[in-house]
Amino acid sequence: MSLLNGKKVIIIGDRDGIPGPAIEECVKTAGAEVVFSSTECFV
Amino acid sequence: MNSVIRGASYILAFAPDMVIHNGTTQTTERTVNPNSEYLKQIKDHLRTFEQVVKYLPNQTYIGNIHPDELAKYEQPWNDKEVEGFGRFGKYGEIMPQDEFIVLMQMCDVFDLVKLEKNFLESTKEKLSQHPLFDESLMNRISEGEEAQVVKKYVDEEHAEPLYNNGELIGCVKRAHDIDINLSAHVMLENLVSKASNVLALLNLIAKNNVNKEEIDYIIDCCEEACGDMNQRGGGNFAKACAEVAGFVNATGSDTRGFCAGPTHALIEAAALVKAGVYKNVVVSAGGCTAKLGMNGKDHIKKGLPILEDVLGGFAVLVSENDGISPEINLDLIGRHTVGTGSSPQAVITSLVSSLDKVGMKITDVDKYSVEMQNPDVTKPAGAGDVPLANYKMIGALAVKRGDIEKKDLQEFTEKHGMIGWAPTQGHIPSGVPYIGFCRQDILDGKIKNAMIVGKGSLFLGRMTNLFDGVSFIVEANKGKEEEKSAVSEDKVKELIAQALKNFASNLLAE
Repeated sequence: MSLLNGKKVIIIGDRDGIPGPAIEECVKTAGAEVVFSSTECFV
Repeated sequence: MNSVIRGASYILAFAPDMVIHNGTTQTTERTVNPNSEYLKQIKDHLRTFEQVVKYLPNQTYIGNIHPDELAKYEQPWNDKEVEGFGRFGKYGEIMPQDEFIVLMQMCDVFDLVKLEKNFLESTKEKLSQHPLFDESLMNRISEGEEAQVVKKYVDEEHAEPLYNNGELIGCVKRAHDIDINLSAHVMLENLVSKASNVLALLNLIAKNNVNKEEIDYIIDCCEEACGDMNQRGGGNFAKACAEVAGFVNATGSDTRGFCAGPTHALIEAAALVKAGVYKNVVVSAGGCTAKLGMNGKDHIKKGLPILEDVLGGFAVLVSENDGISPEINLDLIGRHTVGTGSSPQAVITSLVSSLDKVGMKITDVDKYSVEMQNPDVTKPAGAGDVPLANYKMIGALAVKRGDIEKKDLQEFTEKHGMIGWAPTQGHIPSGVPYIGFCRQDILDGKIKNAMIVGKGSLFLGRMTNLFDGVSFIVEANKGKEEEKSAVSEDKVKELIAQALKNFASNLLAE
């Protein structure tokens, strides 16, 4: 059973790291529900 | 024939009071937490103009220290001062805040920038010594105002205050009573962008032996928008800047794409010149007040000065092939498309795979100019070394393609990459900071080519979740070739001779 299975997830991606949509794809396969996802820029 | 990069300029404007009053990290803090310790501490963490001039990455940005030389200095750089260089550089200059504020007034054609008379007179005197400010520019300066008049505009007329050394010395008035697109806040940001762009244009002309009259077209690629309530991003910064800089024969337009804007604009410029539409196209951009002190909280937390204290600007001249200057190869354009996907691997693959068209390996490109943010700024803020992260990704792709061995990854990042030196001003560090050095390195035979990469965070505009990016290759000039006609002169002679022979044979036959 995955750690994220059945959990609600808030994602803040980094434009120069891992962007939100890429994290979304990963956590969805682990059974999580994405309630918010965004990518931010810090540079 | 391919168009060429004829010259480039790079400028910085020191803006410590704008860090406090106009940077969004600080303005947001003032709104949500007005009594915060951070706001109280800022003024003790600002650098002086002399420190900013002696800061290694700034001297690299204006062209006095090559990135290869900068890399020899151990990081951090904020505790080191470089001697022997002043505010003027090979490619541009670092302007102090007081002069920059007066330059903003020179760029204001709607009587919005009001400056206190004593401040104005003393700064005007300083500016009259500046080598690039001729009479026509100095004549743009208005009369000074009494201090209480300036204060009244700020207190009663919604004007945005302008400070120097903590003192109220002027303001930017709103340009409309109710239109938020012409509010004092927006007008200040736009006038800052315009003024820093104009300074880059003036330096481009002065440092590259170019006549203002030669310029046909200018493309502004900053990240601001000018317009009114009926067309919020109507434009046009480019033509407005060309007017102040005295480019009398130019028109222009704005190109936007977040941080990818400059690379998009350079591809457009190269295409316009190659197609013969214009002979000389300038791509330029000014800086951004909102990003001043963006990572200030982290810098102060670590006991550092606020390092995001300069506005950036640049200009690049793209011209008809002169047989000498490095060419922009429009056959090798990389682009992130709608279908590319958002993972970092997919992004880099889309930008670099243009090499496949001509069977080039990733290692066939001598230098990659990516997001050249200064790591001295980003590392203490937890954003890491941005250029290095990009080089690792390109290197990993090279391993995947079999262009290099995995063990050679680090060597790849050192040989084909560079240390970052540009201020975190969004579009300013994106690909373009190397173009000046790149031109020189290619002319000197130090490298044969370079890939310029621009990437943009389109999702910040909340219109799409997509990322964006484009790339192009700059390479050594292949020499001025005569346009080859479809049929050579010899062939024409041969065809005429054959036709006459046939004609004569026909006559004889009759």
